Amino acid sequence: MNDAPAAAAAWADAVWAATLCAVDPHGLGGIALRANAGPVRDQWTAVLRSLFDAQTPWRRMPSHIGDERMLGGLDLAATLQAGRPVAQRGLLAECDGGVLLLPMAERLSAATAARLAQVLDRGEIGAEREGVAGNWPCRIGIVAFDEGRDDDPALPQALADRLAFHCDLHTLGWGHVGDAAHRAADIQAARARLPRVSVPEPIAQALCATALRMGVPSLRVSLLALRAARAAAALQGRLEVEEEDARLAARLVLAPRATVAPPPSEEPAEPPPPPEDESAQAPPSQDETQALEDRLIEATQAALPAGLLAALLNGEAARSAGRVGALSGSPRSGRPVGSRAGLPRGGARLNLIDTLRAAAPWQRLRAASAPPGRQRVHVRGSDLRIARLQQRAATATLFVIDASGSSALHRLAEAKGAVNLLLAECYVRRDQVGVIAFRGRAAEVLLPPTRSLVRAKRSLAELPGGGGTPLAAGLQAALGMAAQVRRAGAVPVVVLLTDGRANIALDGGPGRARAEADALQMGRLLRGAGLSALVVDTSPQPSAAAQKLAQAMDAPYRTLPHAGAVELSAAVRALPRPAH
Amino acid sequence: MAQAFPFSAIVGQDEMKLAILAAAVDPRIGGVLVFGDRGTGKSTAVRALAALLPPMRALVGCRYACDPADRSAHCDDCATLKGKARPKTHLVPVPVVDLPLGATEDRVVGALDLERALTQGVKAFEPGLLARAHRGFLYIDEVNLLEDHLVDLLIDVAASGENVVEREGLSVRHPARFVLVGSGNPEEGELRPQLLDRFGLAVEVRTPTELAQRVLVVRRRDAFERDPEAFTAEWHAEDERVRKRIVAARKHLNDVRVDDAALERAAQLCMALGTDGLRGELTLMRAARALAALDGDAAVADEHLQRAAKPALRHRLRRDPLDDTDAGARVERALQQVFAT
Repeated sequence: MNDAPAAAAAWADAVWAATLCAVDPHGLGGIALRANAGPVRDQWTAVLRSLFDAQTPWRRMPSHIGDERMLGGLDLAATLQAGRPVAQRGLLAECDGGVLLLPMAERLSAATAARLAQVLDRGEIGAEREGVAGNWPCRIGIVAFDEGRDDDPALPQALADRLAFHCDLHTLGWGHVGDAAHRAADIQAARARLPRVSVPEPIAQALCATALRMGVPSLRVSLLALRAARAAAALQGRLEVEEEDARLAARLVLAPRATVAPPPSEEPAEPPPPPEDESAQAPPSQDETQALEDRLIEATQAALPAGLLAALLNGEAARSAGRVGALSGSPRSGRPVGSRAGLPRGGARLNLIDTLRAAAPWQRLRAASAPPGRQRVHVRGSDLRIARLQQRAATATLFVIDASGSSALHRLAEAKGAVNLLLAECYVRRDQVGVIAFRGRAAEVLLPPTRSLVRAKRSLAELPGGGGTPLAAGLQAALGMAAQVRRAGAVPVVVLLTDGRANIALDGGPGRARAEADALQMGRLLRGAGLSALVVDTSPQPSAAAQKLAQAMDAPYRTLPHAGAVELSAAVRALPRPAH
Repeated sequence: MAQAFPFSAIVGQDEMKLAILAAAVDPRIGGVLVFGDRGTGKSTAVRALAALLPPMRALVGCRYACDPADRSAHCDDCATLKGKARPKTHLVPVPVVDLPLGATEDRVVGALDLERALTQGVKAFEPGLLARAHRGFLYIDEVNLLEDHLVDLLIDVAASGENVVEREGLSVRHPARFVLVGSGNPEEGELRPQLLDRFGLAVEVRTPTELAQRVLVVRRRDAFERDPEAFTAEWHAEDERVRKRIVAARKHLNDVRVDDAALERAAQLCMALGTDGLRGELTLMRAARALAALDGDAAVADEHLQRAAKPALRHRLRRDPLDDTDAGARVERALQQVFAT
């Protein structure tokens, strides 16, 4: 960002967010900070650190952390030594009262994010793991570093929703940063004041109304904005939230989440309904509240990045980014299928009974050589057995849909219908699905692999038709998505719905011959990658091109007119799935 | 456990509250699934229920809190007590057990008692979460994120009312009758239809869009956080009323009449919607009866059926992928058809 004032404002807001977060880390949940690793982020982290006492717990959590270390579990070394189960606190419990840093938070799996969300909600950890049950207090603030580029998946929603502040520093240079405006002592004073700070009715109402008008539906966010306003008031030494605090809260909490542009100010805004007479307080006059609300919206508008606002005004809803599919191939889950010698490390599970069985023959010998004590069972490291787990590898069905004008246009609805029917099948089997469409000049990923039927349906319903047939580009996108699926530990299956009449080459240029050659080439690449695929011909009469493509891909060939939904899903099911 | 937000202070979400109350009155309804937007108080409502339920009578010394009145459901330990004329009983709170994400299978079903195995070399069974939830509620937040093999296991136990453990050299069975309560967000992934069908009632929660209601939610939550004790005390009388309603409804439940006309209506409704199997009709009847009991009415009337229809049937409709209409709206349409005549 070359625009110096905007960069300075972004830095100032990020520092404000850090300051308010320091006042009430658990209440506000924390901060989602979009920034690449580097001096700017380090400086910001140093500012945040300077606002807390030296003894405040300060932990970093890697995104691949195992449940055992995160939530707590059995401390094996201590257990063996003591001869009774000893529970071990996890990283989250160690962090109680402090701040948890999450580098590369955009890579967090949905499951880990859900665990963090539960901890934020409850302020304690209930662990039920490996023979121990523990309950540890855990009131933490979370700083999630989102290092994603534009097209990378964003933070998991469940977590993002619970973090009050969303800041963006990824375009800032070293020249824009500064120091903290407050000291740890100020924060201490503010913390002491915080429980007594009250929120007047009109302010609460204006904050809620602003959230509604900015298109921020989650009530949790409104509540976070209110808490942020209280923290701001406490910091300023006030016992009642004033407009200035509410403005700051709206700018920091609501503005980054806006999904609709607020109506232009000359247009009379919809008057808020009179407040229900819930409290004994007299309702504030409508005009006054309205004016306050307008000023809050103004504050949020100033904080919106210019490009975003323009996009919002054009009515383009911000496309919510997908998320890295929940990892399912981990060694920690599945059904037990026996055991083997080894240390329960890296998430592997101790198989207790087999361990004891292995130790049993040696008991008398060991008891004789061991120093006399109350130890009844003598277990050595070499006795340890870990469970071998086996999990059905998840399948991800990738639909590659020809939405071009050539002949698919009038059959697009039918193709969508067929995909919908297949989707229902996928959900019974808990498969993931991804959707890629190609038309015009390029292919587009409509839906990264997900299990959500709702989102798959929506992405299909929104799919327009028309334009050229960049078949090769579609196949290329499928290849990319398949590689992504494999990295996540699932097995990809490609279902291609097309009439095979390619007329746009891979480089975007027209020309039927070149386009078909490119498509066949990509098809062979798909086969080379060992992908299972199914070609569904969507043209009214079986087309030679589609058959040739199917041959190149070494894929079964079906025609849509004859293939009913039942037959199609059977065909998908029959595809070979390489063991993984 | 931290103090729970009072049940009666939850703003709106009437369908969700009603479904939870109905399940508390008649556990045979078979569980509640709450699906919907983020930040709508799904978990809050379930955790609030724990504080609301009247205590239950249990046999002293029983690890599963067996019901003294129901001999058929006794665990093996209590079954041997039969000879005694009057076993000792005491009042215990109804368990509302939280199934944390990341719970391992051995803690859910129960496993070898580690302590006794390590110190004494004794093979003993240590009951898990399912045992603790017996006669109460088992709550799963983010049910759609639960690992598949755990979901399979829960379905099986919830259906049979009995937990069978065959692992680590143990062979144990004990009663585990609980009401399964699940919550989740459909954006995170769908539930398998098999699991969906096991929940008696399904409610959808939406974020309120009306300003006044939103302000009220935020203000009450804020008040609660600033002073939980004072806030809970303020709502104590209201919560007490709800508790009395549950107790009265439970007593009254078996006296509620279900006329042939009501049965016919229910059957018509299920036919109009084309729900599979009899489970839908049965649940609809039970839910309507629980609602009638809550209202203190003597018989199930049309009005109860109408209120029970949406939560009892919306997740049992045959899924038509080409019809994007909200399932609740489809039930609504069928209601209008059936009750217009």
